[in-house]
Amino acid sequence: MNLMGFFRKSSSAPVARDRLQVLLAHERSVIGKNDLLATLQEEILAVIAKHITVERDAVQIKMDRGASVSTLEIDVEVPFDAKKAIPRPSSVSASV
Amino acid sequence: MGKVLVVTSGKGGVGKTTSTAALGAALARSGENVVVIDFDVGLRNLDLVMGAERRVVFDLINVVQGDAKLAQALIRDKRIDTLSLLPASQTRDKDALTEEGVDRVIAEAREKFDWVICDSPAGIERGALLAMRNADIAVVVTNPEVSSVRDSDRIIGMLDSKTLRAEKGEKVEKHLLVTRYDPGRATRNEMLKVEDVLEILSIPLLGIIPESEEVLRASNMGSPVTLNNPDSAPARAYFDAARRLRGETVDVVVPLDRKGFIGRLFGRRVA
Repeated sequence: MNLMGFFRKSSSAPVARDRLQVLLAHERSVIGKNDLLATLQEEILAVIAKHITVERDAVQIKMDRGASVSTLEIDVEVPFDAKKAIPRPSSVSASV
Repeated sequence: MGKVLVVTSGKGGVGKTTSTAALGAALARSGENVVVIDFDVGLRNLDLVMGAERRVVFDLINVVQGDAKLAQALIRDKRIDTLSLLPASQTRDKDALTEEGVDRVIAEAREKFDWVICDSPAGIERGALLAMRNADIAVVVTNPEVSSVRDSDRIIGMLDSKTLRAEKGEKVEKHLLVTRYDPGRATRNEMLKVEDVLEILSIPLLGIIPESEEVLRASNMGSPVTLNNPDSAPARAYFDAARRLRGETVDVVVPLDRKGFIGRLFGRRVA
């Protein structure tokens, strides 16, 4: 075994630590995400339902995690005859 | 009213049963009334590690289903009379355990004992959930190795969401027990250090159990390591952990088996 091989073999623990930190940060966010999205969906639906009659399926929420920026996309399909104030079906989209 | 403690890990083979027996015996030796309950239905082993395999008459499922009273199923340890075992069933299906039945048995055990220690099966399914369901305190057993740490992280998440305490908006008190730790390999950066595991899992440390041949020797003999060789390194670490569970402040050190100079030299070379 040469000197490089000796050092490489000895320092596997920092590799393990780094791999775990990256992996668990991801896994925690995935497991937490489902709850977060479900909660957001319910609360946004409740707010909208106070003013407009909407179906449950009309509110769609999606989260995309990018390397530098994450986006939260909220899609609300507003029905034609919900309220007189709204003339025709439209889609509201917001990015955070 | 006793405390309910679950010994859990997610991953199998990390030392849940060894730790249950060792901590149970250590607490019982300090005068506390302790029952250890095996939740690993179909793969029971706590009876074997405790040396009570030939004394099992009734088991957890018999009590859950009302076929036997708790007092009939309990096996009193022959070495310490404040230590009892409620074995799991080896033949029955784990679906025979119901939430209501488990809650009732744990409630009764809580009345009779200072400590009710539940030895969880591996995995994150029904058996593991039933074992942690009533817990006030959790001991998360983790080896300094990637798959064990990952599984422990998962189990910590379940302790925060799937227990009765979590449902009531309360916290389960969680403690990390690092087992099979080899200080030599950790120093040489060949094994995750305890600080790394603590930083990743971020729950308080209950103890560090060094890798030791005494653990296998104790299970061969059917005796918790804290009884089989109380002066050995792993036993001293378990005694310290038990004192911390009782609320004492004990500095965390890694006890090492006492070896002569030649032994230490040789031990390091081959480790």
